[in-house]
Amino acid sequence: MILEVNRLTKSYRSGSNELTVLSDITFSAAEKETLSIVGPSGSGKTTLLGLCAGLDHTTSGTVSLCGQALGELDEDARAALRSQHVGFIFQDFQLIPTLTALENVTIPLELQGQSDVQHTARELLTRVGLGDRTHHYPSELSGGEQQRVSIARAFSGRPKILFADEPTGNLDDETGAQVEKLLFELNQEAGTTLIIVTHDLELANKTDRIIRLKGGRVVTDTLTNASTSR
Amino acid sequence: MNRFAFLLRTAWRDGRRNIGKLFLFMSSIILGIAALVAINSFNDNLTRDIDREAAALLGADLVVTGSRPAGPLTLATLDSLPAERSTEVELLSMAFIPKANESQFVRLRALEGDFPYYGELVTDPPEANMLFRKEKGVIIEKGLMLQYELQVGDSLRLGTSVFPILGSFENAFASAAISSTFAPTVYIGGSHMDSTRLIQPGSLVNYSYYFKVQQPFDADQWEEEKSTRLRTESMRIETVSERQEDVTEAFSQLNYFLNLVGLVALLLGCIGVASSIFIYVKTKIPSIAIFRCLGMKGREAFLIYLFQVLALGLVGVLIGAGLGAFVQMLLPELLSDFLPLTINMQISWPSIFQGIGLGLLITSLFALLPLLAIRKVSPLRTLRATLEESGKRIDLVQAAVSAGIVLSLFVFLWLLTGEVEVGFFFVLGLTISFAVLFGVAQLIMWFLKKYFPRQWNFVFRQGLANLFRPNNQTRTLLVSIGLGTAVLTTLFIVQGLLLRNVEAMDAGEQPNVFLFGIESNQIDTLISITEGRGMPIMQQMPIVTMRLEGWQGRSKADWLQDTTRKARNWAIHRETRATYRDYLDANEEVIEGEFPHPRESPEDSIFISLADAFAEAMAVEIGDEMVFDLQGVPLTTYVRSIRKIDNANMRARFLVLFPSGVLEGAPQFHVLVSKAPDREMIASYRGEVVKAFPNVSVLDLSTILQSVNEILNKISYILQFMALFSIVTGIIVLLSSLLLSKYQRIKESVLLRTIGASRRQIRWINATEYLLLGGLAALVGVMISLIAGFLIARFQFELDYTVKWLPILIVFTAVVLITLLIGVFNSREVVNKPPLAVLRKEVG
Repeated sequence: MILEVNRLTKSYRSGSNELTVLSDITFSAAEKETLSIVGPSGSGKTTLLGLCAGLDHTTSGTVSLCGQALGELDEDARAALRSQHVGFIFQDFQLIPTLTALENVTIPLELQGQSDVQHTARELLTRVGLGDRTHHYPSELSGGEQQRVSIARAFSGRPKILFADEPTGNLDDETGAQVEKLLFELNQEAGTTLIIVTHDLELANKTDRIIRLKGGRVVTDTLTNASTSR
Repeated sequence: MNRFAFLLRTAWRDGRRNIGKLFLFMSSIILGIAALVAINSFNDNLTRDIDREAAALLGADLVVTGSRPAGPLTLATLDSLPAERSTEVELLSMAFIPKANESQFVRLRALEGDFPYYGELVTDPPEANMLFRKEKGVIIEKGLMLQYELQVGDSLRLGTSVFPILGSFENAFASAAISSTFAPTVYIGGSHMDSTRLIQPGSLVNYSYYFKVQQPFDADQWEEEKSTRLRTESMRIETVSERQEDVTEAFSQLNYFLNLVGLVALLLGCIGVASSIFIYVKTKIPSIAIFRCLGMKGREAFLIYLFQVLALGLVGVLIGAGLGAFVQMLLPELLSDFLPLTINMQISWPSIFQGIGLGLLITSLFALLPLLAIRKVSPLRTLRATLEESGKRIDLVQAAVSAGIVLSLFVFLWLLTGEVEVGFFFVLGLTISFAVLFGVAQLIMWFLKKYFPRQWNFVFRQGLANLFRPNNQTRTLLVSIGLGTAVLTTLFIVQGLLLRNVEAMDAGEQPNVFLFGIESNQIDTLISITEGRGMPIMQQMPIVTMRLEGWQGRSKADWLQDTTRKARNWAIHRETRATYRDYLDANEEVIEGEFPHPRESPEDSIFISLADAFAEAMAVEIGDEMVFDLQGVPLTTYVRSIRKIDNANMRARFLVLFPSGVLEGAPQFHVLVSKAPDREMIASYRGEVVKAFPNVSVLDLSTILQSVNEILNKISYILQFMALFSIVTGIIVLLSSLLLSKYQRIKESVLLRTIGASRRQIRWINATEYLLLGGLAALVGVMISLIAGFLIARFQFELDYTVKWLPILIVFTAVVLITLLIGVFNSREVVNKPPLAVLRKEVG
C-alpha cells in the first residue's frame, strides 16, 4: 500500500472548545489506484488530504505514505518525502506568480536534484499543449492554462502519488473536462496513485474508488464502475 | 552544491520581478548608509587634516604663553632650549581707521622673529610678510581691508601711534578660528608695540614665545619636565599635540551631533529595513507555501529570500556608501568659514568600508527578524490561505537574532560615542520605547474590544474596528511609525537645545557695550560720556589683578608637588581678577555662608566671597584660608561666602569678591558695561571713547553676537541638511509601514464595495483607521521623544531642558497627515476601479 491511514483523528482547539474535524478515519490506497474523497462542505475532505500528504499533523492515529510513518518524520524529512514521491494539484492552481510556466514546472525536478530539468519540463509543457507558452508568467495565462501548467508540474517529478484538491473547481465545464482528460491520461501513462478531493461526483466516478465523508467520518468506501471496467 | 545553486537560481528568478517591491528596503539602506558614510568620512578627513597640519595649527613646535612677560625663572628655562624663538605680544584693542573715521575692535599682535615656522603667513603683496617685521607698519586681515575699502598705503591708528598699512593676509596663525571672527587680527613688528602705549596696568595682554626646536626633540616630554616650574610664574606651555587635541575638542560637540544625526538616519533605516521586509515576506507567503508543499525545506525557502535581501542589501549599501562619499564633499564647503584649516576632502576608505560592513551587518540582522518567519510558513497554506501558524513556542534563532540586534546596536553606539554608558542607555531607551509602543498597541486593542462604541455610525465603527480585527496592523504601524516619530522628534529637540543658548544671549535687556582697561582717573569722564548719550551704566567695577599664592595653609609650590590635590590647574594658575564691594551684583546670589562681610578696621581678617565654580575647582570650603600675591604683597584671606553667578546674564563676572576697605589703594583698572540703542550709537560712542582714551577697549557685543549667530546659523544649516536624511528615511519608513496596510485592507475594501458600500464610505472608513493610527503613533512617539530629549539634555549635553513646541507640532502634524494621505491614497484603487478589476489584479 502506498498510503495507509489508520484511526486518524484531527481536532482543533478554538478557545476553550475542541473541534473534531476528522474522527477515526481508516483507509488505504494501493499503488496506481485512483481514489476520490467526496462529501459536503465542512466534512473534512481538504483536511484529510493535507494530513495524507504530510502537510499537517494528526491529533491521533497514523498515516503512512510510501512506506514511511509521517508521524515519525520531522518537517524536513516530510519535505524530502514530498519532493521525491508526492505531486499536488490545487483548485486555485497555486503557481508561483514570479516564475514563468517553464520555471514553475522545473521546481520539483530541481528539488530532486535532477539534471537536464529544462528539457523534461519543456516536454511536459508540450504534452499539456503549452509548448509555445513556456516563458509566460501565470498572470499571462488563462485559468485552464494555469491548471495545465500545474498538472505538468505535478507530474514532472515523477511522483508515486498525486493529491488533487478540487482540480476543476475553478474552471468552466468545457475547460474542466479538458483538464480532467489530461489528468487521467498523464496519470495512466505515469502509473501514479491519484487521490482527488472533489464535490464533483461525475469526476469522482472516473476514479476507481470513492470514499464519502460526512461530519468528519467515513460513511462509505465503494468501488466505482470505472474500476470494474478497467 | 547543486542544491545551493538551485536556491541561488530560484532567488534570482523569484526576485527579478520583485525589485519594485524591494525599492523601499533599498532606499532605507541607501539613505541610512549615505548619512553614516558622509559623516564618518567628514570626521575622518577632519581628524586626518588636523593631524597632518598640526604643526601649522600652532606654527611652531611649542609655545609658552602667559599674561605677563616671562619672569627670570621662565627666561632662564627658555634660554636653555636649543631653538629659534619668536616673541608675540597680543591684546584686544581698538583701532581707529582715519580713512573711514571709524573705530574697530581688533586683535593686535606684535611679532618679533620669524614665526610662523610651520605653515605660511600668506600676504598680499608677498613682501609685506617680511616688511612689517622690520619697518613700522601693519598688515591686516583681508576681511578688514574689504570692510573699510582700505588699500596698501592707508593708515591705522593703534593707541597713540599711526601705522601705514603694508598689506593684508588671509590666515591668522595660532588662534582659534571662531574667536578670531569676533575681532580681526592685525600684525605689527614687535619693536613698535611700545609706541602705541596700549599696554597699561590692567590691560588684558598675552605674551607668547614660539619655538622651533632643533630635532630630534620631544616637546611633550620637555613640557612635562618644565611645566610645573613655569607654572609658578603663571606661564603655560602648549605643544603641537595639545593644540591638536584642542582643535579636535572644539569640534567634538558638532561631531557628536553629526554622529547623532548619522545614527538617527541609520536607526530609521533599520526600522525601514525591518518593516519593508516584513511587507515583502507577507506578500511572499503564498509562494513560500507552494515551495514548501513541493518539498522544499523551511530552511531552504528562508535561504532563497535571504539571498535576495542580501544581494539587494549589498547593492543598497554600495549605492549608499557612494552617495555618502559624494555628500561628504559638500560638508567642508558648508563649514569652510569656521574650520581652522582647509580640509582636503578625500575618499575616506576606512569610513566607506566601515559603512559597508556596518550596513551589511545591520541590514542582515534587521531583515533576518521578519525573514525568519519564512521557516515557519506551513505548506498547508496552499490548501487554506487564511491559516495562521501558531508561533507560541519560543524560537531560539529568533531570540538569538533579537539579541544580535541589541548587541550590535550597543557596540555601534559604543564605538560612535566612545562611551559604554551611552551605548547601554541608548539601547535600553530604544528597547523600552519599543516595549511601550507595543504595550500601547495592545492596550488600545483590548480597550476598543471591551468598550466598543456600538451606537456610533457605521463608517466610524468600521474604521475603529479595523484596529483590533484579525489581520489588524495596529501593532506594526504603531511600533514603526511611533519609533520613527520618536527618533526624529528627539533629533529636533536636541538640535533646538544646542541652538537655544545663543538666542538667550541676544535678548533685549542684555548689555551690548563693554569698556575695559579703564584707568581710575578716566572712569568719571567715561561715566559722563556714557550718561551724556542717555546710555545706562549697567555695571561699573574696579578690577585688581593678583595671583594665588597658597590655600588651606599650604603654599602653591607645596600644593603643586602634591599629586593627590583636588584643585584644578586652571583655577590654580589663572591670574585672579578680583573686585571689591559689599553688595551683590544683579546676576549674583549667595548660596553658602554669609554676605556681606565688610572689613571695619585694618586689624580685621579679610573675608572673601568666591564664585561657586571657582570654589569647586579649588576644592575649598567656607572658612578655608586663601593667600593672594598682590604686587608682591601677600594677602591672607578667608572664604566667608560662596556665590552662584547667572551665566546667561551678560556682565563682568568675578570669581573672587573682596570686601571694601582692602583693595582701594591697590593698582586697579575698571570695567564699564552699558547698552546702546542701536549700532550707529555704538559706533559714534566708540569713536568718542577711543578718541578720549586710546587705551580703553570698547567691545561691541552686538557685532560679536552677530558673528556668533552667523556661525550658528551655518551650523544649524548643516545640521538641518544632515537631518534631512533622517526625515527622508523617516518618510520611507512611514511609506513602507503603510504599504503593508495596503495589502491588508484592499480585499476587505473590495468586498465592502462589492456588497454595496459607496466610495465615500470606503474612503471614510480608511481615513478613520489611518487617522487614529497616525495620531496615536505620533502622540506616543512624541511623548517618548520628550522623555528621551530630557535625558539626553540632562545627562549627555548637561543643558537645561526646554522644548520648542513648534518643530514637534510640525513633526506630529506631518506624521498624522502623511499617514492619513498615504492611507487614503492606498485605497484609491479600490475606490476608483470596479471591484472585479481589483480582485482580478490582486489574485493574479
